[in-house]
Amino acid sequence: MGFRIVKLPDIGEGVAEAEVSAWHVKVGDVVREDQPLADVMTDKATVEIPSPVSGTVAALGAEAGQMLAVGAELVRLEIEGGEAAPASTPDAGVAVAPEVAKAQDAASGQSAAALVPAADGLEPAQPAPAPKPAAAPKPAEPPRPVAAKPAAPAPRPAAAAPSSGPPRPSGEKPVASPAVRRRALEAGIDLRQVRGTGPAGRIGHDDLDAFLNAPPEDAAPAPAGRAPRTGVEEIKVIGLRRRIAQRMADAKRRVAHFSYVEEVDVTAVEELRAALNQRHGASRPKLTLIPFLVQALVRALPDFPQMNAHYDDEAEVIHRHAGIHVGIATQTPSGLMVPVLRHAETRDVWNSAAEVRRLAEAARNGLAARDELSGSTITITSLGALGGIVTTPVINRPEVAIIGVNKQVMRPLWRDGAFVPRLTMNLSASFDHRVVDGYDAALFVQALKGLLETPATLFMEA
Amino acid sequence: MGEITTKLLVLGGGPGGYVAAIRAGQHGIDTVLVEENRLGGTCLNVGCIPSKAMIHAAEAYHAAVLHAGEASPFGLSAGPPTLDFPRTIAWKDGIVGRLNTGVASLLKRGGVKILRGRGTMVDGKTCLVETDTGPERVRADHVILATGSVPAALPHLPFGGRVISSTEALSLQKVPATMAVVGAGYIGLELGTAFAKLGAKVTVVEMAERILPAYDAELTRPVARRLGALGIEVLLGAKATGLSGDALDIEVGGEPRKIPAEVILVAVGRKARTQDFGLDRLDLDMSGPFIRIDERCATSMRNVWAVGDVTGEPMLAHRAMAQGEMVADLVAGRRRAFHKVAIPAVCFTDPEVVSAGLSPEEARAAGHEIRTGLFPFAANGRAMTLGAEDGFVRVTARADNHLLLGIQAVGAGVSELAAGFGLALEMGARLEDIAGTIHAHPTLGEAFHEANLRALGEALHI
Repeated sequence: MGFRIVKLPDIGEGVAEAEVSAWHVKVGDVVREDQPLADVMTDKATVEIPSPVSGTVAALGAEAGQMLAVGAELVRLEIEGGEAAPASTPDAGVAVAPEVAKAQDAASGQSAAALVPAADGLEPAQPAPAPKPAAAPKPAEPPRPVAAKPAAPAPRPAAAAPSSGPPRPSGEKPVASPAVRRRALEAGIDLRQVRGTGPAGRIGHDDLDAFLNAPPEDAAPAPAGRAPRTGVEEIKVIGLRRRIAQRMADAKRRVAHFSYVEEVDVTAVEELRAALNQRHGASRPKLTLIPFLVQALVRALPDFPQMNAHYDDEAEVIHRHAGIHVGIATQTPSGLMVPVLRHAETRDVWNSAAEVRRLAEAARNGLAARDELSGSTITITSLGALGGIVTTPVINRPEVAIIGVNKQVMRPLWRDGAFVPRLTMNLSASFDHRVVDGYDAALFVQALKGLLETPATLFMEA
Repeated sequence: MGEITTKLLVLGGGPGGYVAAIRAGQHGIDTVLVEENRLGGTCLNVGCIPSKAMIHAAEAYHAAVLHAGEASPFGLSAGPPTLDFPRTIAWKDGIVGRLNTGVASLLKRGGVKILRGRGTMVDGKTCLVETDTGPERVRADHVILATGSVPAALPHLPFGGRVISSTEALSLQKVPATMAVVGAGYIGLELGTAFAKLGAKVTVVEMAERILPAYDAELTRPVARRLGALGIEVLLGAKATGLSGDALDIEVGGEPRKIPAEVILVAVGRKARTQDFGLDRLDLDMSGPFIRIDERCATSMRNVWAVGDVTGEPMLAHRAMAQGEMVADLVAGRRRAFHKVAIPAVCFTDPEVVSAGLSPEEARAAGHEIRTGLFPFAANGRAMTLGAEDGFVRVTARADNHLLLGIQAVGAGVSELAAGFGLALEMGARLEDIAGTIHAHPTLGEAFHEANLRALGEALHI
């Protein structure tokens, strides 16, 4: 028996560390070659690290949610026939350098993005005397991106008691020492109602204390006969959620946000959209409002270059971008992601529509490549379908502007001496006041409004 | 006729009754204990205690015989021993007598009034006691029925003459040359083994296909081996049919056979003592041949309680004691319930057998996914020094959370391990708890530790 140390490979992010976002194994598990060991997250992509050999997990190098340096011990495997491995085994040039093979065929609507490692990256800890085929570096089995996994509740020891829901499955006997049982009986407590926080769900004196000290209105069933819920669920903020939290807090702390809301008459653009969808039916991608808004940005931004920019506040430099890369804020099962519609200035509405749809699906399924999730120069966020009059979007740093789309509503508008029913929609835009003046922001939003209200101008070369 | 009014009447001075009375006395409850014979019941007078004394004497004698025969593995030799059997019996009776006196003084210290004589219930609150000095009528608020059990007889082998029960077997005036034991349960095997060691030619007749049918086959195998080594003939699937001359008629495999037997010990179990004390007048709900009780040992009549063998299996003194103690608490107004995880059972066979909690089969039958660990005494240093390497400790735990479900052991002296087994189960220990507890070296208890380690796949000494 010997040990094989699996190190955290360089997964090509150019970063020194990555977060172990979820474990697929625990100590004592027997793993087969290529069986996933852990999910490792960098930026917004998650990579599954497979086991290079078959063996038994002897130790884990980090807890779920911990940061681990590239090259650090990820897993220690006990393997047959190996030699004990000194922990100082040199990194024998084994870095994985996955490159992102991105499907360029946007019209396909399907992402073929995959991470292809250049090398195995999981070196044998020692030249194994009896190398099984598995011991040799092999190019197969690329780490699979699994970004869309719902920020996996890290696999916990089976014994850990869940902190919410019923104390234990129905019919299961509570486990408690005789002293605890007696105390409960004397206090008139039915132990079946008490959550056990000890190993194997064992109920201890502290659990009884917690049960007894619950506020009286919790302890007694409410008069309506509804059982009070007293549990507190503890959710570790790890993985994507932690990234989101950090980035949002950063944005709010550093960016001087201001929001500007304007009502847009979208009657005409909606009529156009409906007509186009009807004319082309299934032969072309279904158009939503987003491609039209993208088109409006493409028309307006050349006049407002300060909006299509990155503000590097540490270097105190503003980068104004020529290309328009529109981030599309997308809700995924694991949280907010912002896939990027690249070079929107090169796309027509259908191409934009197809790409936006493909990106959203890729993000939701966790198949978005890293460069599809970074590099936006301005962002669109749409909660329109959910209603809401106004939003105050948070800027996607280092960008300086974000455009929020609100719900479309039929309203009476005063026009030419009479109220007329018009389909209207609010645009709620936020800007970084450090580098964008209110005056310019207002002009920019008015320009978008003008373009959307007279949709023909969206398609006219100036 | 005398009249006594009391708070609590205990009918029966065995382990269930006398413990209830002692505890009640400690609570300051006015208590009367009615006992027709000697205090201590079956256990103290004709069961656990005298049989263990006999077993000990028989083992000592047997060892001396072996040493005289120069079979000593460590080179001891001695002259042929002789046994003054009446003195053995007197020694045993001396121990019983001391314990009788001890129980009486404990009761006295608790302020319990002991009424000698046969008690007969008149109704749920009244008992008529025929004492040496005339009848007494006892009126009580609470009644505890602790009438125990009696040896079960076979219809075609009624007790009397050469056909004896365990009670008579413990008071024989000489060691019989030949003895037939009907029933290979723990009583028959304990006594049969003792008499074989004392020099009797013992034949065991059992209807079932294996010995100790209440225990699993793996656990009883070392006992079966030892019976063979002691020259005890064990006839399985055999039925005692009657007596003829100086032999026991049996039928084995359809063939009639005669077993020469100076004494025939019928040990086919015990039955609840439900006759002769007016139980019919109380008209209590029964559970088969036993008084039906709930988790507080309450019968179907208010303030009439029942404890011990009269309430059914397992007929064990320690169960009765625990019940008696609990009922005294209940009578004192405490809240109590008989919520025990395990009632350990011990067979003082050679080697001894202990079982606490579920066997692997029982655990599976209860729907558990399990993992088990078995550690043989052959790998235990202390067992080697005792010259007792046959046997093992076996643990059964839930596969998911490693909660111990059952612990069994077979081996010389393992009865003393019962304490640890019971504690582990009652405290809700997991495999890791026992594995993480230092067990003193060199002791037999290390086998318990190792069995847990082994169930975890971490055994050290095997």
